[in-house]
Amino acid sequence: MFDLEKIRQDFPMLKNHPELVYFDNGATTFKPQVVIDKVEHYYTHATANVHRGDYALSVEVDRLYDETRAIVARFLNCDASEVAFLHNDTECLNQIVYGLSYQLKKGDIVLTSVAEHASNLLPWYRLKEQLGIEIKYLPVNAQGVVDLEAAKALMSKQVKVIALAHVTNVLGSVQPIQELCELAHQYGAYMVVDGAQSVPHRKVDVKALDLDFLTFSSHKMCGPNGVGVLYGKKELLENIPPLVLGGGMNARFQSDGSVLLKDVPTRFEAGTPNIEGVIGFGAACEYLMDIGMDQIHNYEKELRSYFAEQIKPLAHIQFYNPDNATGPITFNAKEVFAQDAAGYLASKNIAVRSGNHCAKILHELIGTDSTIRASLYFYNTKEEVDRCVEAIKEISIENAIGVFF
Amino acid sequence: MTDTKDLLTNPDILRELIMDHYQYPHHHTLIEDDSYLKKHMASDSCIDDITVQAKIEEGILKDIRFDGVACTISTASTSMMTDLLRGKTIAEAKEIIKQYDLMLDGKEYDADVLEEAVAMQNVYKQANRIRCALIGWNAIKGLIEESEK
Repeated sequence: MFDLEKIRQDFPMLKNHPELVYFDNGATTFKPQVVIDKVEHYYTHATANVHRGDYALSVEVDRLYDETRAIVARFLNCDASEVAFLHNDTECLNQIVYGLSYQLKKGDIVLTSVAEHASNLLPWYRLKEQLGIEIKYLPVNAQGVVDLEAAKALMSKQVKVIALAHVTNVLGSVQPIQELCELAHQYGAYMVVDGAQSVPHRKVDVKALDLDFLTFSSHKMCGPNGVGVLYGKKELLENIPPLVLGGGMNARFQSDGSVLLKDVPTRFEAGTPNIEGVIGFGAACEYLMDIGMDQIHNYEKELRSYFAEQIKPLAHIQFYNPDNATGPITFNAKEVFAQDAAGYLASKNIAVRSGNHCAKILHELIGTDSTIRASLYFYNTKEEVDRCVEAIKEISIENAIGVFF
Repeated sequence: MTDTKDLLTNPDILRELIMDHYQYPHHHTLIEDDSYLKKHMASDSCIDDITVQAKIEEGILKDIRFDGVACTISTASTSMMTDLLRGKTIAEAKEIIKQYDLMLDGKEYDADVLEEAVAMQNVYKQANRIRCALIGWNAIKGLIEESEK
């Protein structure tokens, strides 16, 4: 059952900051008490390293840590051996690109889009420099959605990877991932999906979508910081070398330099992991599954539409993604620099993000460098939207400067 | 003099000053001239992107110019800086910059030497905007250092 009032009681940040309207959920999210308790439990009742000790406590920590892998597998509909815990989404994407670099060569093509976050572009740019691969941008419409017909026309045997965000981080547009994935597979290419802005908000079934790789971040879905999830089909994970080498990921090595790696996914988890973060993330996934990802998705759609309908009539607001059903409300107040407008909203205790949101080539599409992004999560309310809209109505240069007096 | 001082403590006037400098920034064009030192300030934040130019000769800041995309506070504070430091000796400029930095740090400062730039007096209360008020000033600081090498 989706009981908003009960849900809000679960979040200490909401209780401790009744004055605040937090609409920066695309950046990070608040944590429910069950997640905080789980992290605290590690510190107060179950502290030990993982996969190393021979004593009962250490075995208990192993159990908690590995249990999260099983929970995430249930969340994504995959096998636990296909889930690796790295430290953030960015690192996961870097791991995939590094791993695939062993299979790519000069002239190979990677297809992506101008709406991508830096973490899904810069690692590929480096491969372009190092290997001479080609990066091509899939044609997109005004909302940043890939045009399937145009994508088909770009496909060839040289295309080895389609790397795309499932939901783009600035405009929140949903890409036709399933169709693109089918297309990629027809040509023997891999589908790499950045799920940072989709997995927290909707059911993502990696089997149903037939994704090759998926990455996302714990902290954007009620979990602790410092945990990124790398999903890969097992046979693909087995064919990409780990980015980071060291403790915990090798079975044995010899002075002649030969190294036997541990099995996947452990080989991607060199060094002591963020143990309490991973354990806490397990609690976050269970919390979300208990509410139900479909329930969360439906409520967010309703809330977003309520917000959008109030923004559309405002003459002084340039609204960049009015037609999307989900994702952030992305806008500017005409003639007001995004940061000034966000500063004014901040003075009214409304937390939004201004800037280019790490998607620095998106301006080629929407014609502006900086926007304001109000990103919602399932614990936000219509009352909060009302408060935000009232403040947005008052945005002007005069009021933005007035904040300082 | 007393009159000016009074004006510069009136919040309405200070607000107007920021507005004017934002909408009609002073010395807001760059020129092609190799005798100018130039600093591009874009790496500190992904939002503001300004370039400051200065002609520093015989220990005097003979000209300062800037251009770019930035918020009200960045634009107005840089515009005020160009007014204030043009024609000053390096030593004078350094003293003014020092007082400005003290103001942005929330410390005691000499308001007299800052003239219109006292409009930035409350920016230190908004931690996320301090960087905006410093961007142009840090640029000129860098250019002065460069001129002394």
